[in-house]
Amino acid sequence: MLYLSIQARQALAKLTLPVLIAASFGLMLIGKADTLLAERARMALADSLAPIYAALAEPLADVRDAVANTTDLWDIRAENARLRQENDELRRWQSIALALDAENRRLKADLHWIPDPAPSYITARVVADAGGVYAKAVLLSVGPHHGIRKGEIALDERGLVGRVTEVGARTARVLLITDLNSRIPVILQNSGAHAILIGTNGPRPRLVYWPEGTMPQEGERVVTSTDAGAFPANLPVGIVHFTSANVPEVIPAAKLDRLEIVRIFDYGLGGIVAPEVPITLPERRGR
Amino acid sequence: MARADQAPGIRPRSTLGRRLDIAARHAFPASCTILLMLLSLTPFDIVDQAELLPAVTVACVYFWSLFRPAAMPPPVVFLIGLLLDLLGYLPLGVGVLTLLIVHGLALRWRTVLTRLGFLMVWLAFAGFGAGAAAVSWLLTMLLSFRMLPLGPAIFEAVLTAALYPALAILFIRAHRSVADPERA
Repeated sequence: MLYLSIQARQALAKLTLPVLIAASFGLMLIGKADTLLAERARMALADSLAPIYAALAEPLADVRDAVANTTDLWDIRAENARLRQENDELRRWQSIALALDAENRRLKADLHWIPDPAPSYITARVVADAGGVYAKAVLLSVGPHHGIRKGEIALDERGLVGRVTEVGARTARVLLITDLNSRIPVILQNSGAHAILIGTNGPRPRLVYWPEGTMPQEGERVVTSTDAGAFPANLPVGIVHFTSANVPEVIPAAKLDRLEIVRIFDYGLGGIVAPEVPITLPERRGR
Repeated sequence: MARADQAPGIRPRSTLGRRLDIAARHAFPASCTILLMLLSLTPFDIVDQAELLPAVTVACVYFWSLFRPAAMPPPVVFLIGLLLDLLGYLPLGVGVLTLLIVHGLALRWRTVLTRLGFLMVWLAFAGFGAGAAAVSWLLTMLLSFRMLPLGPAIFEAVLTAALYPALAILFIRAHRSVADPERA
């Protein structure tokens, strides 16, 4: 143990706070200079915490279900009536869909259509919010040796959720389409026009850069496009909705505020993915 | 300086159990802060749960800096801030600086604040919470080079102020019982 005089101790005690404040500025610089460092530290921390959250998720889900059950009992009659009506409607759609499917298959057979390869996927449970205050992302618990890579695409049972941005040993972080940094090339299905879907951190991302003359229409379906090679074509994203200020937004098809289970698809696309290591060009030798 | 010189008097022999007890009481504020931070991340399925983590952290650091600064020294605040940055997906250093400022100001105004009643301490804390939310909003914006919506920051400030009484009641009880080194 180091013995110091009282004055020296007091001076040191007074110095600690300013030194640590200076260190926090240093930390900001390090975080800016080496973004991978923070990312690795985060994923290591998430890896060690994920089992705890995964273990807590099940009893919490039970509690949630119990609460949902009691509220469901309350309006079970109205719900039943609504479902009957919806069922009738869906039956009509089902017959249409079956007829179209059969026709589609016949046409494809006539054309010797080469089907798209079925993508491989991994199903994972959402264990925690991974966005913090200023981002929208979720943390997935995936087993070890999962083989998930950055840039793979997350879908829930209804539509596009986002893309994998960070991968740990047993966790993966998925940036949602509503995040401020999210930019997704999409196609408006009625007009076939291309546009970009940008996240705003709000519940509904905005549509921008549609071609002049083809305004998005209220209720129009929006699907992904293959521009930039980041997404496969025709993944359902959502439907167009105009705000009161006449700004076209997209109501996401996926239940982004209540994600429980998502599937991570590997379409084998090497689109826009942040490089893992800085790319160093091979040095040119003198001629 | 040995402990006996600071407070002369008769005290029980310092056995291993007693020393462990004292150490545990000293470590209570920091460990309880970290535990609450981890707890606030548990997926309760509440909308906008992300703001809970900074709110809880700021409240803990403020309370213990004010009422037990010996157990919440700057290095511990630094570590808690680092944890906040990593768990809360803030740019590195933002949470650290915010918490150090909260700690420093709480220490500086300690003599005034601790003499006031609970309501005044809470009101002062509402100011601290708003300041902390504003600082981290500004720094995040500066470090990520983009405008961020103000909504989450305001919600964070309100949530921080609203959460304080619940936490403070727990802490005041702990402060007088399990976390009091004098009672070891």
